[in-house]
Amino acid sequence: MTQVRVLAGTRKGAFVLTSDEKREKWSVTGPHFGGWEIYHLKGSPADPNRIYASQNTGWFGQLIQRSDDGGLTWEPVGNDFTYAGGDPGTHLWYDGTPKPWEFKRIWHLEPSKTDPDTVYAGAEDAALFRSTDGGASWTELAGLRTHPTGPSWQPGAGGLCPHTIILQEPRIYVAISAAGTLRSDDGGETWRVMNKGLLSDGIPVPDAEAGHCVHHVEAHPAKPDTLFMQKHWDVMRSDDAGENWYEISGNLPSDFGFPIGVHPHEAETLYVVPITSDSLHYPPDGALRVWRSRTGGNEWEPLTDGLPQRDCYVNVYRDAMSIDTLDDAGVYFGTTGGQVYVSADSGDSWAPIVRDLPAVLSVEVQVLP
Amino acid sequence: MTEVAVRVVLPVHLRTLAKTGREVVVSVPEADITQRGLLDALETAFPVLGGTIRDRQTGKRRAFVRFYACEQDLSNEPPDAPLPPVVAAALASGAEPFLVVGAMAGG
Repeated sequence: MTQVRVLAGTRKGAFVLTSDEKREKWSVTGPHFGGWEIYHLKGSPADPNRIYASQNTGWFGQLIQRSDDGGLTWEPVGNDFTYAGGDPGTHLWYDGTPKPWEFKRIWHLEPSKTDPDTVYAGAEDAALFRSTDGGASWTELAGLRTHPTGPSWQPGAGGLCPHTIILQEPRIYVAISAAGTLRSDDGGETWRVMNKGLLSDGIPVPDAEAGHCVHHVEAHPAKPDTLFMQKHWDVMRSDDAGENWYEISGNLPSDFGFPIGVHPHEAETLYVVPITSDSLHYPPDGALRVWRSRTGGNEWEPLTDGLPQRDCYVNVYRDAMSIDTLDDAGVYFGTTGGQVYVSADSGDSWAPIVRDLPAVLSVEVQVLP
Repeated sequence: MTEVAVRVVLPVHLRTLAKTGREVVVSVPEADITQRGLLDALETAFPVLGGTIRDRQTGKRRAFVRFYACEQDLSNEPPDAPLPPVVAAALASGAEPFLVVGAMAGG
């Protein structure tokens, strides 16, 4: 029988939520790694029971955990994320002075689509690492960090974080706050900045080559050259693999937000969760609304059935939305208030799976045969 | 070289990680009862603790980790400096443990 497994990373541990394909009744296990921040956990498409988790605290640093049984048991693997090449050079600090690159944490783990032992990790300060031995050892793909624009990259409020990794191997996209989107066509060796068309009022040159605070990027598997972006402000789209971007915010009540999702069977159906502003990280009017576009952007409809429409002041982080691949696609998102919501009908109606987890940092869903 | 058994008390998260109890015992050359000698021995015995007490890149104590023994704060002592004689004697005899502590910070 088909099973759906949702992996939720939170401020105080990881939780595994499972259901059948109806997605009505759920069982919850966790917290795994109680007390630790779990920025992200994700299963391997090539072996769904292989799951990688990023485990971190300010006290004891970064660990990577691996499960080979679908999250029942875990083992720590390698946590040596040493930047390549000795002296790592500098990027810009908040005060505009050069600051040496320094490893802080792993924001995002992206397992290979074909090899369960290969996984990519997005590290703060902005660097991309790859493991080909199941996480035991990590090698930096230094061409990203050493891009000529690297010394000008400046952290966003959350840090200089590579939060998006899209694998279309040998093509790879990475998005970094606050540098922008970069693309490699050679498996991560060399990179090009892909920010043409982005306009950001918060930087000295609004259309600068780099320095844009991109919050999340998604691509549809069937249309790999079409990308959708939630930027700090603005929802954007590219139809040419990131060469050019144009705005699709349309009638959204706010075009500030963090996650963006693409329907697995409808390449022009998108989901965002508008947040009031960069200084008010909660939904407009205290009403939690997912907005859906069935036209590839610009025309958006609010989805409210089952979501709190008053006195709701939670946020939804950039990695906290995921969509399953069942025929009637399920949409999932987690909030800073500890709720994980599911819609089993592509967003028409919603229900909480859990209400009282720690603040949710990431949500990933797997469909198991 | 004579080795001595030194008791080390771990904070709860590191006990969980190392799959051990509150206290472990590590073997250290009697002549090398230094902060670095103790931590090297601890990480050799429990490789999973690598990077959790000392930063992997710099080798320095992580900011929110403290080292205490005999009611003395040894956190900011040079890692290769000999420990105070009274502390070294107490650790070597097993009378007192070396405490690795998560600093009081945050929630």
